[in-house]
Amino acid sequence: MDNIILVSVLVLGGVGVVSAVILYFVASKFKVYEDPKIDEVEEVLPSANCGGCGFPGCRAFAEATAKKASEEHNLDGLFCPVGGNDVMKKVGEVLGLEIEEQEPMIAVVRCNGTYENSPGKVKYEGVSSCSFAHAMYTGEGGCQYGCLGLGDCVDACEFDAIYIPEDRGVPIVKDNCTACGACVEACPRDIIELRKRGPKEKRIYVSCVNKEKGAVAIKNCSVACIGCGKCEKVCEFDAITITSFLSYIDFNKCKLCRKCVEVCPTNAIWEVNFKPRKIKLDKKEDKKDGDGKAKSVAKEEKPIDIKSGKVTEVKNNPGGNRE
Amino acid sequence: MGLLKTFRLGGVHPPENKLSAGKPIETLPLPKQAVVPLGQNLGAPSKPLVKRGDEVKVGQLIGVGESFISANLHSPVSGKVLKIDTVLDSSGFRRQAVIINVSGDEWMDNIDRSTDIVKEIPYTSEEIINKIKAAGIVGMGGATFPTHVKLMPPPGKKAEFLIINGVECEPYLTADHRVMLERGEELLIGVKILMKALNVNKAFIGIENNKPDAIENLSHLAKDYGDIEIVPLKVKYPQGGEKQLIKAVVNREVPSGKLPIEVGCVVQNVGTTLAVYEAVQKNKPLIERVVTVTGKSLKNPSNFLVRVGTPVKELIEAAGGLPEDTGKVIGGGPMMGKALLNTDIPVVKGTSGVLLMREEEAHRKPESACIRCSKCTYACPMGLEPYLLSRVSKLGKWDVTEKERIMDCIECGSCQYTCPANIPLLDWIRLGKNKTGQILRSRNKK
Repeated sequence: MDNIILVSVLVLGGVGVVSAVILYFVASKFKVYEDPKIDEVEEVLPSANCGGCGFPGCRAFAEATAKKASEEHNLDGLFCPVGGNDVMKKVGEVLGLEIEEQEPMIAVVRCNGTYENSPGKVKYEGVSSCSFAHAMYTGEGGCQYGCLGLGDCVDACEFDAIYIPEDRGVPIVKDNCTACGACVEACPRDIIELRKRGPKEKRIYVSCVNKEKGAVAIKNCSVACIGCGKCEKVCEFDAITITSFLSYIDFNKCKLCRKCVEVCPTNAIWEVNFKPRKIKLDKKEDKKDGDGKAKSVAKEEKPIDIKSGKVTEVKNNPGGNRE
Repeated sequence: MGLLKTFRLGGVHPPENKLSAGKPIETLPLPKQAVVPLGQNLGAPSKPLVKRGDEVKVGQLIGVGESFISANLHSPVSGKVLKIDTVLDSSGFRRQAVIINVSGDEWMDNIDRSTDIVKEIPYTSEEIINKIKAAGIVGMGGATFPTHVKLMPPPGKKAEFLIINGVECEPYLTADHRVMLERGEELLIGVKILMKALNVNKAFIGIENNKPDAIENLSHLAKDYGDIEIVPLKVKYPQGGEKQLIKAVVNREVPSGKLPIEVGCVVQNVGTTLAVYEAVQKNKPLIERVVTVTGKSLKNPSNFLVRVGTPVKELIEAAGGLPEDTGKVIGGGPMMGKALLNTDIPVVKGTSGVLLMREEEAHRKPESACIRCSKCTYACPMGLEPYLLSRVSKLGKWDVTEKERIMDCIECGSCQYTCPANIPLLDWIRLGKNKTGQILRSRNKK
């Protein structure tokens, strides 16, 4: 009996030792070097695996950063939109690099074709998919550029940062948007755009993407951009361009002076997170006296009323969304 | 009659509802204003040749098809061009159209307007194809594929059979049925012309068995034309699909992703064949067509000979006016037709019917969960698995849709029709087909 136990122990032990020796040599022969920094970088990343950086996941992004840092000693063009500057700073610390701060971005829905502004003319009964509806028809309101309201962007969002209120039918972006760009990809009508968050979250943008002639656009939606060109003329910083009856504000050039918002006849230009305008009665009185014309007052009063009304309405929104 | 021919896989049999089958074709009075969209054919839209203020005659060329797959466009009325502007199409998108204010009815001089039947075909194959191309003829079953392109097989391929599609498998529609009854002689000459153009010796006309009068009429007339055979077919939707019709009539199967010419067949619709006769023998371009106006509540379901560009509204008016309980107006048949945005939309070359559905039958029923009954798989005439395709399309797995041959789907809607859970299968499949097609095209470009 003793013999059998001894033999088995020796045989198995021998096999174990021989295998270990073979494995040792094989492992050292086929060793793959992996930068230990990859793991460290991955550690500080948000692990959302959203693909917002352009890589298939956080691991791939970590590999890319480690590679670029060791080869080129910079991280130009690599940015984690979810983590933002804080995370990129940590990544920089791990890799021993200084990271230039980038302006934080946010997704902006450039359509205001709500049920109220663009009332339904037809009824859609198909499946709840924007890409499908986009191929089938123009949309219930009749605008062929406008939001279909079926929520492809909501489905695409990994961060629960966009939702469609029932009374609007057009999505609203929440402040926790990480600018990963998934909704931008998902929207078949290219309505959503990534723009700078701006100082103190102040933003100005044209909330319309309709390229039709003004007369046609306004028929379907009361707040459409009609391409009148007033904003382009009033802008002192060349930030506004008009192509095919549609105004676009370059967020890199815009200095947030809000002049374009005042002149827009259809309220297509939105200002977000600004304080409501003060109605400077004294100054106006002065002006009126100086000019001696009642006309100018009437002209100026109108936009103020509308704008201040809009701003307060947005502030009252319980969701805390200012888009 | 014994066992009738039909296609093998799938198919459904919706209620036929051929309400206007007994109504002879009536000519509709001219509209006051004709709206002629420039993109009436599959492929590139025609380029306008007229401008604002031009006087046009009936049959005058007003748009020219410039690329390979595009068609000419002719004025369906005489009068003055009001403007060339964008108008709403049936889905609400704005498309270029020529708008003509109608005055009188003055035709081009070279068009033979007599009702004499011209039997002699003194033209060569090439001349016939050129005449068809000049006349702007497109497939009138609804797909509007330019006919001259179909008549020019790619090099190395030879057509053996011409198959004329007289199936009209869509419920309600009777336009082709009436043409086969009333214009039989001209139709057969049209078949002869197409045979000569393709240089084939044998033609079949496939007709479903629910039109016995048409079968009898054409069989009787075809005795004088030895090589045209009338094939009665069992009633089954979608027998009017090219691939299904070829399988039913000559028992050949078109391979996946290939065209009918691969098995030596060319299929043309009855309406197209009549238009070919008129274009070749009478020099008359495609400016009018037979349209069925029908619906259960409609006072007087009819078949009208209508000029292209007439608003659908006028057709409905002539058939007794819009019934109060109308829920939807559909362009085409109930299975493959599309809901129209409004009734100002003009009749185009591909409009085979206008169907007014009652409110109670116009809407979709609430969807419930798939119970895996596999009815859709049995109904699919292409041998696909609709439940699977719709599911993977919903999930966005475009590699699976491609592998499961989503591009073979002919969008006949049999699956959705047969689904007991009212799942919008075809909607998802269309989405998947659209996306998969995009991916395939971009891959082929590389």
